[in-house]
Amino acid sequence: MDLLNAIVALTNFVIVPAVSYGSQLALGALGVTLIYGILRFSNFAHGDTMAFGAMVTILFTWWFQGMGLTLGPLPTALLALPFGIAVTALLLIGTDRVVYRFYREQKAKPVILVIVSLGVMFIMNGIVRFIIGPDDQQFADGARFIVSARDFKEWSGLDEGLAIKTSQGLTVITTIIAVALLFWFLNRTRTGKSMRAYSDNEDLALLSGINPERVVMYTWLIVAALTTVAGVLYGLDKSFKPFTYFQLLLPIFASAIVGGLGSPLGAIAGGFVIAFSEVTITYAWKKVLGYLLPDALEPSGLVQLLSTDYKFAVSFVILLIVLLFRPTGLFRGKSV
Amino acid sequence: MSGNPYQDDRGNKDASITKRHGVGEIPYRKGGKATPAAKGEAFLIGDTMTGGYGTGPDILHECTIAVNPGEIAVIVGPNGAGKSTAMKAVFGMLDVRSGHVLLDGEDITALSPQDRVIKGMGFVPQTNNIFTSLTVEENLEMGAFIRRDDFRGTMAQVYDLFPILKEKRNQAAGELSGGQRQQVAVGRALMTRPKVLMLDEPTAGVSPIVMDELFDRIIEVARTGIPILMVEQNARQALEIADKGYVLVQGRNAFTGTGKELLEDPEVRKSFLGG
Repeated sequence: MDLLNAIVALTNFVIVPAVSYGSQLALGALGVTLIYGILRFSNFAHGDTMAFGAMVTILFTWWFQGMGLTLGPLPTALLALPFGIAVTALLLIGTDRVVYRFYREQKAKPVILVIVSLGVMFIMNGIVRFIIGPDDQQFADGARFIVSARDFKEWSGLDEGLAIKTSQGLTVITTIIAVALLFWFLNRTRTGKSMRAYSDNEDLALLSGINPERVVMYTWLIVAALTTVAGVLYGLDKSFKPFTYFQLLLPIFASAIVGGLGSPLGAIAGGFVIAFSEVTITYAWKKVLGYLLPDALEPSGLVQLLSTDYKFAVSFVILLIVLLFRPTGLFRGKSV
Repeated sequence: MSGNPYQDDRGNKDASITKRHGVGEIPYRKGGKATPAAKGEAFLIGDTMTGGYGTGPDILHECTIAVNPGEIAVIVGPNGAGKSTAMKAVFGMLDVRSGHVLLDGEDITALSPQDRVIKGMGFVPQTNNIFTSLTVEENLEMGAFIRRDDFRGTMAQVYDLFPILKEKRNQAAGELSGGQRQQVAVGRALMTRPKVLMLDEPTAGVSPIVMDELFDRIIEVARTGIPILMVEQNARQALEIADKGYVLVQGRNAFTGTGKELLEDPEVRKSFLGG
């Protein structure tokens, strides 16, 4: 019984949150890795693009809620998501036209584009705060839980409850669909293959008649979809606050680099590695250990390795370790 | 390179924020339009071309190169003679400041490289001429990118020409040997069914045996009627299979003739073929 309780407690407080957080990071890291692979720079504006996509989706959600339009048990945000993606796509392609294209035509070195993306980040950051303000916003509605702690206790007869939030279930399912679609697109379609070809060798892609501007446009479209989905899922799961999204940049980059920059599979793996480390290191293990260890050994403290305030330190340390010992990442990406 | 401040990375080599692999070097050029021209004496002709990269100095000086269907034209010359540059000029990768490039009765001097691909020019660069992370078959598919019709027939022809590629078609092209890579590179260019094929040192870095085989294949391609323009380091072997040879020195035409004439020319022999 104690073992079962321990497993349930572990699932409830570590595995479920880490899987959903990992999915959100994976979606974010996929976007980062795509831009790195195809446009050849690290996009520092990624977190704020997520914030922008989430913001537009929230505005549409409020509008739909005001009209009384809901999806029943599912959050209304799902209905607003396509609109959020569309507006974000317009923003990204607009930014590319106004800013990035100039540097592409100059054949600017990628490091210059990194700094350019830093500028874009500040602008987007400002736009989001200007429109929706710097405060927390709630926009989740519909059923709160798929499995609630009380129902689980009644059903299983255990002391520990297991709760799975709708947003967590939704996050995992949406991520699986998004990743499957992305892989199918990159490996099976003509446009996807041309994007991989451009990523591999720009000049030869040009000599094969692949239009670079097309490839760049498709990349931004996919990135718009990935960032908006990731941003909205994160907002549903926790809450929406522009500054949190800016901070997400670190775990997202850590995920992408840990997995191996430029490798989509690595981005996903990296997302889960970072999420699981963050959650396990900041989790107070007292409860789980209390079930597992004999009474005499029951820990008196919380057995929390790091306060949650330091969770970003975890991704930073993992990033450092990977860059020191396996700079190409788990899946042999491009970083050296 | 050209003093463009955007092209100066100030020594930053941090691959965790930038990816250097596969960065394009073909300068961006806004393409103009092709204009009809009087049918010249040759199918493809770079006529008295003078030009260089960007705002840099002229590298080519009134250089003329031409090729006709079924022919192999070879550009040879000492290092730094502008052989590859002449080829790139024909392909629109540098600014031709005077002179013209005519293809099949059209003046294409103003066209960008990508528009020339659509006009039917196939180009195989000297290095980085395959997509290393894509499979052999995907390489060929990318070669046929501009084609919207069924290209399986062309692919079968390429596999007939290079049987080893059929065997390795699901392997990443980067895993192949040097000679096989060159076959992928030529195969990729053939997939567009080009009206003219341009090869920049196709035998660079392959063993003599593989080189002979590659030359045989190139002759086979030429027999199908595709004009071939080729830059070669191995002047003697190249001139042996050439219908037309151009010897360039410092960006100028030094000698022009059939391959045989050039091989027999005492002056050419003395200065380029080692006696």
